[in-house]
Amino acid sequence: MAKMTMVQALNLALRQEMEKDDRVIVLGEDVGIDGGVFRVTDGLFEQFGESRSLDTPLAESGIVGMSIGMAVYGLRPVCEIQFSGFSYLNFHQIESHAARLRWRSQGQLNVPMVLRTPYGGGVRALEHHSESRETFYAHIPGIKMVIPSGPRNARALLVAAIRDPDPVIFFEGKAIYRAFREEVPEEEETLEIGMSRVVRDGKDLTMISYGAMMRPTLEAAEELKEKDGVEAEVIDLLTISPLDHQRFVKSVTKTGHAMVIHEAPRSFGPGAEIVSRLMEKAFYYLEAPISRVTGFDLTIPLFSREKEYLPGVHRIVTSARKMLKD
Amino acid sequence: MPRQKIDLAYHLEYLSILDEKGTLDEKLEPDIPDDLLLQLHRAMLLGRRFDERLLNLQRQGRIGTFAPITGQEAAQLGAVAPLRPSDWFAPSFRETAAELWRGRTMESVILGFAGFAEGAKSETKRNNLPVAIPVASQVPHAVGLAWAMKYREKNDVAMTFFGDGGTSEGDFHEGMNLAALYQVPVIFVCQNNHWAISMPRSKQTHSKTIAQKALAYDMPGIQVDGNDVLAVYAAAREAVERARSGGGPTLIECVTYRMMMHTTADDPKRYRTEEEVEIWKKRDPLPRFQNYLKARGLLSDEQIGTLEEAVKAEIQAAVDRAETQMKAVGDPLDMFDHAYAELPPYLAEQREELRAELAAIKEETHG
Repeated sequence: MAKMTMVQALNLALRQEMEKDDRVIVLGEDVGIDGGVFRVTDGLFEQFGESRSLDTPLAESGIVGMSIGMAVYGLRPVCEIQFSGFSYLNFHQIESHAARLRWRSQGQLNVPMVLRTPYGGGVRALEHHSESRETFYAHIPGIKMVIPSGPRNARALLVAAIRDPDPVIFFEGKAIYRAFREEVPEEEETLEIGMSRVVRDGKDLTMISYGAMMRPTLEAAEELKEKDGVEAEVIDLLTISPLDHQRFVKSVTKTGHAMVIHEAPRSFGPGAEIVSRLMEKAFYYLEAPISRVTGFDLTIPLFSREKEYLPGVHRIVTSARKMLKD
Repeated sequence: MPRQKIDLAYHLEYLSILDEKGTLDEKLEPDIPDDLLLQLHRAMLLGRRFDERLLNLQRQGRIGTFAPITGQEAAQLGAVAPLRPSDWFAPSFRETAAELWRGRTMESVILGFAGFAEGAKSETKRNNLPVAIPVASQVPHAVGLAWAMKYREKNDVAMTFFGDGGTSEGDFHEGMNLAALYQVPVIFVCQNNHWAISMPRSKQTHSKTIAQKALAYDMPGIQVDGNDVLAVYAAAREAVERARSGGGPTLIECVTYRMMMHTTADDPKRYRTEEEVEIWKKRDPLPRFQNYLKARGLLSDEQIGTLEEAVKAEIQAAVDRAETQMKAVGDPLDMFDHAYAELPPYLAEQREELRAELAAIKEETHG
């Protein structure tokens, strides 16, 4: 096993899937010679050539529309949209076609494509480079929406996404691309899409999060343990849609306290759906109102203020203490 | 430094072989086998009569809204005729006659317009995309299909259809750019029927022709008389052959006319004159082609009469089959089919909710 960043782990997943399966084609802006602006596709051009590591013009709708055609034909395109803030230009291709062709054709066609795109704040970027709009995609029937939280699960989930018979939107947290390393096995590893994980056991409180917010969430859980003696159970969703509620419902029936942490704006964010499922399935076990620790309902500020916008350890710990005290 | 001329060595042609007066340019007359000519004629006649029958069904409330094709039979059938089954076809929403040519059944069309998703099912898997309603959004799909064909070293092609209005959409331009850049085998067929609901072609683009948009992407473009099936066929065959042999994409602008309303929910009297429609009635592609076939001794008035009867009976049989099928399909629970390859647990729960609701309603009604 080698210690890898998430960028390296994603690269490993792409390289190994491309070696195994000549249907897998990587395409997008600067993904070829340049290896992608974050270097996720680094070296694929050299190893697989231009036809499988395809540089495209600046045309998000065209890239996704073309990927749909390639997928219908039987290929397994993995397209990269350079920043999720530019993916609104391709949104209608996902909503109107990728998500619906299986249904529209009554099962005769399917769209086994992956749309990979970096999301989220915390890297001091320009406007349009920091937002978290997973709700847009999670709201579309027919789409799977995956957000890994670290190198090892990112690799395993990307392999699963490439092999999935349905379209998968794969958000990669920019803030965790290179923030830490994990052991990632060279041999094949996949994770089932639609399954969350308990990453820390606890009995007092259930913290539900995903993606780049898993780091402050786990740090907050540690601080609560050390300073307050509170044992928080932490759940990493990994997949936003189809949402695996069974695990967090089970956890909340044990802890009686739940909080959701995400950097996306609060209103109509993934937290709203998670809270609804808890109200439907764990209402009688709740000992306090569920708390949402999220980004504010604003355009994410430019980077001089993004630290104050994004949920951090302080905001999470404070919210947990308030909930447990009440 | 003086301003210098950039020589693009580009020329644009307008192709007409059989004009509206029935005059044939014998030098340009394409070599089409007699049986294919008769097949094309039958398909045009069927397309026209089926359209008329669909309009009746819609007015009687037996089907919902649909987009009539009358007047565009030559422009769509001439284009798809050179395709083979292994080629891919990516229609918009006004290519019913071409869809039938590509193997879709009339009953599946009726079923679809009657609001049943099952209308998209066909008995065998064919290389046709379903109808795409968001304008021009299907164009990049054809490019992706063509890219995949080139990658797999097949000598198949993809053909996509859109209207004059569609050429204002970004997806049209992105698709054209990508196709030319990768030199993939795709044929872009514009059905310039002069109207995008209430917007005339002149208000859609300042360009003199749609065909000239090919120039910007450095691909061949041609404008053809879209009501002349010989011209459309000749242009399409040339483009298909070029694409098959590695020559890349082509844009074909078929100049035709939407004789009917945009859809059955629209009233064209609000925005266009009867005089204009009358001018185009004289350019009707069907009698023009019939006169040509008669002059060639391939078709007689008597044979047209027999054919009319046969087509009518064929349509009636399809209507009957469709109405029988409507009774057999339509289980509301089937709306959960084909959402994903496998139904996720929360959707299985929602399906169960609906099942229980339907059972309760049934109980209350009959119990």
